[in-house]
Amino acid sequence: MPHAFPFLTPDQKKELSDIALKIVAKGKGILAADESTGSVAKRFQSINAENTEENRRLYRQLLFTADERAGPCIGGVIFFHETLYQKTDAGKTFPEHVKSRGWVVGIKVDKGVVPLAGTNGETTTQGLDGLYERCAQYKKDGCDFAKWRCVLKITSTTPSRLAIMENCNVLARYASICQMHGIVPIVEPEILPDGDHDLKRTQYVTEKVLAAMYKALSDHHVYLEGTLLKPNMVTAGHSCSHKYTHQDIAMATVTALRRTVPPAVPGITFLSGGQSEEEASINLNVMNQCPLHRPWALTFSYGRALQASALKAWGGKPENGKAAQEEFIKRALANSLACQGKYVASGDSTAAGESLFVANHAY
Amino acid sequence: MTHQFPALSSGQKQELQEIALRIVAPGKGILAADESVGSMAKRLKQIGVENTEENRRQYRQILFRADDRINSCIGGVIFFHETLYQHADDGTPFVKMIKDRGIPVGIKVDKGVVPLAGTNGESTTQGLDGLSERCAQYKKDGANFAKWRCVFKISETTPSKLSIEENANVLARYSSICQQHGIVPIVEPEILSDGDHDLRRCQYVTEKVLAALYKAMSDHHVYLEGTLLKPNMATPGHSCPTKYSAEEVAMATVTALRRTVPPAVTGVTFLSGGQSEEEASVHLNAINNCSLVKPWALTFSYGRALQVSALKTWRGHKENESAATEQFIKRAEVNGLACQGKYTGGEDSESDQIYVANHAY
Repeated sequence: MPHAFPFLTPDQKKELSDIALKIVAKGKGILAADESTGSVAKRFQSINAENTEENRRLYRQLLFTADERAGPCIGGVIFFHETLYQKTDAGKTFPEHVKSRGWVVGIKVDKGVVPLAGTNGETTTQGLDGLYERCAQYKKDGCDFAKWRCVLKITSTTPSRLAIMENCNVLARYASICQMHGIVPIVEPEILPDGDHDLKRTQYVTEKVLAAMYKALSDHHVYLEGTLLKPNMVTAGHSCSHKYTHQDIAMATVTALRRTVPPAVPGITFLSGGQSEEEASINLNVMNQCPLHRPWALTFSYGRALQASALKAWGGKPENGKAAQEEFIKRALANSLACQGKYVASGDSTAAGESLFVANHAY
Repeated sequence: MTHQFPALSSGQKQELQEIALRIVAPGKGILAADESVGSMAKRLKQIGVENTEENRRQYRQILFRADDRINSCIGGVIFFHETLYQHADDGTPFVKMIKDRGIPVGIKVDKGVVPLAGTNGESTTQGLDGLSERCAQYKKDGANFAKWRCVFKISETTPSKLSIEENANVLARYSSICQQHGIVPIVEPEILSDGDHDLRRCQYVTEKVLAALYKAMSDHHVYLEGTLLKPNMATPGHSCPTKYSAEEVAMATVTALRRTVPPAVTGVTFLSGGQSEEEASVHLNAINNCSLVKPWALTFSYGRALQVSALKTWRGHKENESAATEQFIKRAEVNGLACQGKYTGGEDSESDQIYVANHAY
């Protein structure tokens, strides 16, 4: 404990810090296009498209080749392993293509959730075996950041102390390994919105989970300036009877983050969870208008909330490509404004946003 | 872990946060006048004054009689128990003198360090017994904030895991109890500057200690917005052969804080440790000029660094009292500027800023 054994040189630290800042630069966020084959199956099923490798390639190509309007909105793209080795019609690998647009290439590296025996249906996430070698290879293949998702749920008995401790530990291990290879780790401790718990409860659990997260990162000597956090926004459970305003959500979220996330962390890239595209944009927007001081960037790392309309418009048919891209560009632009607090939702005057905030000491 | 049993009502939270904000309002810092009887013995011996209760009273009176010039640079005064119940020559209670000028009164509540058996000379701090009742009484007697000091030292084998966990835990327990009584806890995890370790080492240890502290605060459900942190600056050990600039000290300190102190903490009020008056001001100034984003107030909670000259001028002689008070006011004003990064005196005003890229830390 009393001695430092530095494993990152100043140059390595600078590389990591520069990558992280590039991803969350002003007006930018992340396109999470890392749905596993199983997840894509669900998406394609809803639009009656066949879940083939070629269809997955065609679909991701639509997103990656969206015109220059998308350029300034995206800081990074998270890939699934398969997609990293696919090519555009013109023969360029997807990483090469994405990089040439100035977007940073990221890779999902975890291997899914596994049960924690003796708990009330809780999980941890596997994927540490051989991660060291995989990271070295991914870096060669063009990746500069990675993502690992852990899952926690709220019930009367969860998240348990074990679930919090174990998931935070595995996230810190993953982060430590990534940094050794010049890869910025995005840590994702997702607390699911399933349940009828209220906003206060989610805020409380989020605070406890994130406090444990940053203690684990400290214990594992992770260089915080070279990491990003991908948390849930603080919202009530899906079946909670009380409806909360966007200001309530923003205030609860920012308060929870202010109590736990050290300023050294350059950016917080929210997951959208089950939120609709518009909801995810509005919430992000209001958060960036919150009067509480926020020393980190607050932006998006959206999957469904960037792609739902695009997917629908595409329907698996090549002739719908342009229409699908238009939908994606529309959401990219909206979120680019939202992460600067400048998004004006149609039919809504968010100029009134700031004045609707309730004094924070209530949180 | 899954359910919340709120420790404080909204009203209680608001009260705590407002007190904390008042103490670290722009341009203000804390006068640490809470030296125990034993510490005062050392101070008074150096100026040839007998350590009697009356002498201690007269000395504190010198500080508390400072005129309105200190109202804009002193945001709080920490008292020792004895002093809380003393009066000025005209019978005005010291507490009233301070409060009447709108300055919050604080009280040192710990009962000193005790050894941790089985460690390399490490300690924890006692004082939790009956602390709840004492806090209730102190609140009635005019105190709105408190201070508790824990001590760490850097050596080949220290601070140990036990020392870090135990001291962080006791600081969190103390904080929790204070808040129940509307008292803002200042947590002081002091890492001594004794030793020959370099700046990097001190920064590293500071990061580990503060990370453990804020985890303990979270575990104990402490309301961070209603607390203040009183840390050491990151400095090399006293016998370290390498010399560092004020900018390097500032960068190391701010980097360590950025990696560990959540933005919700209202303010950071540095201890001066063994620094001279000028050194403490110059460092504080450099810290406030550091280019990294600093979401908390960064100010002073100085004892010696506000009082050394005043003590030396007084030397126990009544005729020197006004001059001594002037010395104190001078340091208070300098630090009032330093905590805004506006202090232009001192050696650093002439030298070029030596910018060290933060990723090197």
